Amino acid sequence: MSAVLDHPATAGGHAGHEAHGHHHGPTGWRRWLFATNHKDIGTLYLLFAFTMLMVGGVLALLIRAELFQPGLQLVNPELFNQLTTMHGLIMVFGAIMPAFVGFANWMVPLQIGASDMAFARMNNFSFWLMIPAAMLLVGSFAMPGGAPAAGWTLYAPLTLQMGPSMDAGIFAMHILGASSIMGSINIIVTILNMRAPGMTLMKMPMFAWTWLITAYLLIAVMPVLAGAITMTLTDRHFGTSFFNPAGGGDPVMYQHIFWFFGHPEVYIMILPAFGIISQIVPAFARKKLFGYASMVYATSSIAILSFIVWAHHMFTTGMPVTGQLFFMYATMLISVPTAVKIFNWVATMWRGSMTFETPMLFAVGFIFVFTIGGFTGLILAMAPIDIQLQDTYYVVAHFHYVLVAGSLFALFAGVYYWIPKWTGVMYVERRGQIHFWWSLISFNITFFPMHFLGLAGMPRRYADYPMQFADFNAIASIGALGFGLAQVFFFVAVVWPCMRGNGAKAPQKPWDGAEGLEWEVPSPAPFHTFETPPKLDATATRVIG
Amino acid sequence: MRLKQVRTMKSIPHKLASVLLLAGAWVGSAAHAVADLPGGPAVNQLNLHPPVTRIAEEQHFLHWMMLIICTVIFVGVFSVMFYSIWKHRKSQGAKSANFHESVTVEVVWTVIPFLIVIGMALPATKVLVAQKDTTNADLTIKTTGYQWKWGYDYLKGEGEGLSFISTLDSSHRAMSNSGNVANAPVDYLLKVDHPLVVPVGKKIRIITTANDVIHAFMVPAFGIKQDAIPGFVRDTWFRAEKVGDYYGQCAELCGKEHAYMPIHVKVLSAGDYSQWVQAEQKKAAAKLDDPAKVWKLDELVKRGEKVYAANCAACHQPNGKGAGPIKPLDGSAIVKDVDAVKQLQVVLGGAANGAMPAWKQLSDTDLAAVVSYTKNAWSNKTGQLVQPSAVVAQRGK
Repeated sequence: MSAVLDHPATAGGHAGHEAHGHHHGPTGWRRWLFATNHKDIGTLYLLFAFTMLMVGGVLALLIRAELFQPGLQLVNPELFNQLTTMHGLIMVFGAIMPAFVGFANWMVPLQIGASDMAFARMNNFSFWLMIPAAMLLVGSFAMPGGAPAAGWTLYAPLTLQMGPSMDAGIFAMHILGASSIMGSINIIVTILNMRAPGMTLMKMPMFAWTWLITAYLLIAVMPVLAGAITMTLTDRHFGTSFFNPAGGGDPVMYQHIFWFFGHPEVYIMILPAFGIISQIVPAFARKKLFGYASMVYATSSIAILSFIVWAHHMFTTGMPVTGQLFFMYATMLISVPTAVKIFNWVATMWRGSMTFETPMLFAVGFIFVFTIGGFTGLILAMAPIDIQLQDTYYVVAHFHYVLVAGSLFALFAGVYYWIPKWTGVMYVERRGQIHFWWSLISFNITFFPMHFLGLAGMPRRYADYPMQFADFNAIASIGALGFGLAQVFFFVAVVWPCMRGNGAKAPQKPWDGAEGLEWEVPSPAPFHTFETPPKLDATATRVIG
Repeated sequence: MRLKQVRTMKSIPHKLASVLLLAGAWVGSAAHAVADLPGGPAVNQLNLHPPVTRIAEEQHFLHWMMLIICTVIFVGVFSVMFYSIWKHRKSQGAKSANFHESVTVEVVWTVIPFLIVIGMALPATKVLVAQKDTTNADLTIKTTGYQWKWGYDYLKGEGEGLSFISTLDSSHRAMSNSGNVANAPVDYLLKVDHPLVVPVGKKIRIITTANDVIHAFMVPAFGIKQDAIPGFVRDTWFRAEKVGDYYGQCAELCGKEHAYMPIHVKVLSAGDYSQWVQAEQKKAAAKLDDPAKVWKLDELVKRGEKVYAANCAACHQPNGKGAGPIKPLDGSAIVKDVDAVKQLQVVLGGAANGAMPAWKQLSDTDLAAVVSYTKNAWSNKTGQLVQPSAVVAQRGK
């Protein structure tokens, strides 16, 4: 039936697979439930992430439909708060993060010349844990009192007022955290121990590098989130008062703990995106990545700095002036390594020989639009201005510029770049271009007006707003509908035909400037690759025997 | 709760139909657009609110500065990128060069952004230090966030003792629920029953706290936003330079009515403010007991017992014996004196260099009651009665 779904059945036909004869893996649903192959698990992660992207997208469209004009027409304020909360949680933990883990599963072993992930069964477990967690999250809408409505940040003491779905949400977060930690351990061990001989760390592809750093960030901060929500849980049910002011607790401490997790978390969602872009730009500029070493150092600096900037989310809590100054300076400092990355990408393009297939379109779109989000981040970092903009739509615009036009666009770039390798089928270039321009334009229609709303002081998480904000909200809602439909188009016109095997057969290396070991195996990548460590050339990008 | 939920979900198709109708009406009535709200948002406002305080002005300046620097860098970097995209294309016959490293270049474009960032941080530091300086306020007001309204207590300065609650006009809330905003007034969702009133040109210190969950007190025209945190107090300040009405809204998610607890600050001239204070104090006094009322002994003593427990017992002890340096009231010559003037002097003006504070903020009736109570409690069975009129007379001296 399909190229992706039918590997074992047709595996005998794949070149490079016949060497070890027939494959005896499970078939049918068992193949997926008991999956231990990194490619199958990668596919599961990606499909799961896309499903959650759609669920979170529907919630977003309900929010935008309600905000299309002032007054409450569709939902009551209780449900509105549930929608914003669950949109955030589902997009962050259900869509963006699992999508990057899916990429890591598919590409890290292929890129470093490893046969599979280090812990194949733990890999299976970390994926299947996500299903009950997702069901708890989505199902919480049906619980008494509805879904959690305290915002994705789950600030105390509002969480203490929530119904039983809050506990379901906390449980889901715990499960997702455990899954992420296992996934990270797997990636770290795979990268550190299973690289093909000759693949030194400083020859490793940027995507593998960024994921190595990201995995460390995940291991460092997921337990912190677990701690914060566990304390919330015991405050709710077991009489503790960590964050409950009625018992002498401190609600602001929750925010410190949460953002100590939360800020590295936003880099967890962007560093692998930087990795994908750093692979695609050189491939389509037909020129080596400019400043590989400085890219590695810049990524590491961003990761380290991400631990000392958390309280810039809390400038309005009333920190002492010295605290505000420290977090303002530290945050502004992050723009330096980020700028280095942008410069390196532009320098990579400079005097290249560029073509603009869809992966490159999304990569250039990423650089352009992400930079806008980077600059608004710098403006927000400035504490005196942040006092005006904190908790307004300016912040909403900012983080959608870096998370949608940043992480999501990079994910799309990666899908277009590697889907020929995954499925053995070339997507239709024209459709990719339509998807890109449709997404880019509707994205900006949705989120650019939010900067103005925020500057004018419209607070976020508002179910209804003064009349003066009406026009920009209407524009944003129309853009959001367009953006949502663009993603349906993406699945129907691009992903599904490739998965079904409909389309031109992809060559082993569809992009003439692409480098790396993933292009040394056939398309689609056989079920098993690099079962014996490949012998690499001096640059560790070609297999020579 | 659950039923409500289900009802909401069920009514979505029905509401969808009505929203389509309304959307049509909205497009049709575009001519009947709302006007700007002075001191609040303007229609399709593109920038921060017009500043009314020095701090807000500085924030404006910083924002413009940042916007210009960022735009210049943005245009610069992306001119290079798009030039390259235009020029270095395969279809233009471009052959790729081979360079991919240059330590000099890397150092240069690390150091330059670093210097730019320092240049940005310096003016921001100045403003930040200024906006955190809440000392030497002329008027201190405690702002308490409740689900879902604001409470204002004038703690210190002209108007001291005033206290009221400020809630959204209920007709606006009803209009929001109806979903039909065709006739919404210009201050839709921003109109409150009792605005916060402050004098122009005076440094107002706002102390924030909350009763239930975290709220945030925000007035964009003043450049202030401060979380109101239950169990904790935080502060911010502003000095409004123009009389007028200024609007803000709660800026921290605080539950279902988060969008419905606006802030309205009325800035008055010094004279108007004094008049307002006097009028409010009269209104407040009118609500209190009539100080001319003549009380019976047992009534007044009963009331005094409560006042004593709330205000005096912490130091003088419930048994009136005092403790350590705290003077006993039980058996005290001043308390038992037939002439109450001495005791009233102490109660109204304090004693022992403020170790015994002045209690003039208590009402005349409360003071008369507590004095009468001490004259009759414990072993002080004097049977003497001090009427509120005596307190009024003493206050006048």
